[in-house]
Amino acid sequence: MTAATAPLIEVEKLEAWYGRRRILNGVDFSVNAGEIRVIMGGSGSGKSTLLRHLLGLHKPRSGRVRLLGVDIGRASERQMLAVRRQIGVSFQGGALLTSLSVGDNVALPLREHTSLDEATIRIMSRLKLEVVNLGGFQDLMPAQLSGGMVKRAALARAIAMDPKLLFFDEPSAGLDPVVSAELDELILRLRDALRMTIVVVTHELESAFKIADTITVLDQGNILMTGTVDQVRDCDNQRIQDLLNRRPREIQVDADAYLKRLTEEAA
Amino acid sequence: MNAIVRPLENLGRATVHSLAGMGYAAMLLIESLYFSVAGSRIGQPLRLRAVAEQMRQIGVDALPIVALLALTIGVMLGIQFIAALSEFGAQSQVVVAVAKSVTREFGALITAILVAGRSGSALAARIGSMSVSQEVDALATMGIEPVRYLAAPALLAMLIMLPVLTIFADVVAIGGAALYSSPALNITPTAYVMQTLALLAPGDIWQGIAKSAVFAVLITLIGVSTGFSVQGGAEGVGRATTRAVVLSICWIIVVDMIFSYFLNR
Repeated sequence: MTAATAPLIEVEKLEAWYGRRRILNGVDFSVNAGEIRVIMGGSGSGKSTLLRHLLGLHKPRSGRVRLLGVDIGRASERQMLAVRRQIGVSFQGGALLTSLSVGDNVALPLREHTSLDEATIRIMSRLKLEVVNLGGFQDLMPAQLSGGMVKRAALARAIAMDPKLLFFDEPSAGLDPVVSAELDELILRLRDALRMTIVVVTHELESAFKIADTITVLDQGNILMTGTVDQVRDCDNQRIQDLLNRRPREIQVDADAYLKRLTEEAA
Repeated sequence: MNAIVRPLENLGRATVHSLAGMGYAAMLLIESLYFSVAGSRIGQPLRLRAVAEQMRQIGVDALPIVALLALTIGVMLGIQFIAALSEFGAQSQVVVAVAKSVTREFGALITAILVAGRSGSALAARIGSMSVSQEVDALATMGIEPVRYLAAPALLAMLIMLPVLTIFADVVAIGGAALYSSPALNITPTAYVMQTLALLAPGDIWQGIAKSAVFAVLITLIGVSTGFSVQGGAEGVGRATTRAVVLSICWIIVVDMIFSYFLNR
């Protein structure tokens, strides 16, 4: 495999724990350059935990996460910084710095990581705001923006450094259908115009099917399948069909475990 | 059995918890100093602009309230010493008593308590709400070390401004004492100040400054570490703010006592 075709993200046997609860059970996962991968799953499926590991916010307790060819569990600070300059992240709530204006938020990665002069940085950050249709909003504070605008501003900040790899956490959470459809369009346009590899974490089926090249379905810490949109639709796995058809899952009670949970002193 | 084990268990847990907190604070201190010194070599430069902004918030903005409190403390010390010392007919000793107690103790202590209430809590609240809204995560994923961006400028600014504020408080407090006491001592305020200057040794002032530098580290580390470890939304931020102030003030007073003991033996 040559460097050009190597997957941008490789996850091998990743396990994650919160206290005594296992969140991810040895997840294997890879994303190739140029694709839009949607990680789908219900609440508590472990998708947010997987994302935090992909972003290097958690170090894997066991297993490996390789981002752009760098093992982020073992990377030096310098390597980690080099990786982080090539990824962009748009968080669920936007996570814009509330003390900075929208324009300064977008300019922040440029100011911190480049030695460009202030005029260039200003033009570049305004360009990114134009890309996400927020031209002219650079002087507003994040608190003055609507939910959809915050997400778009966060996207502009995420693409400020022209990253190779873009992560998007719940793009449509808390947005009305029209705004979330616009955001989906924007994600598709970004991939086509800027040739980014994009990983989207979502539980919204409609948006997932619209933007995904491939979908990874996560359930209770296991990957149920990875495939194209059609493959996922036609899959006969019961859990996936439950998820697609919004059927409540049947919870089976293990009597012993149930009693143990009720009577145990320290959880 | 449970009656014995449970308190022991709680004590153990609390001990581990507070030791972990101290360890975390120590790590923050080392990292902040590391980024301040070597940050630019590893692509994490400390921004002087951020330090200057923090210096303004911590130091310049606190000047009026520090002046007011220091003046009050000066007048109060004047009243108490004149009342107490006149019982022995030793009124003239007021000047030296005020001079030493202000420079060695009250200047540094009052300033630190005030700054802990103003800036320690502000640090905890700011960093705490940033943690809650994932802004700290966002900084980390952008390749901006949160400790370098948020903690190091505050630490440097505090280390510079708290001693400066302390000297300012010393001057104002002695001025306040001069205004109140000089009529009672039948001297002019100028003469009072000249006497004070003659009586003060550099060691007295250094004692206050050294303490204030230690207080600066305490206030910043407690504020920043409680901020970074906020959990549980807005309520968590509120709890962290209160905790930062109470912890800072407790530590300041205890450390002040220890310092005074060793410096005045």
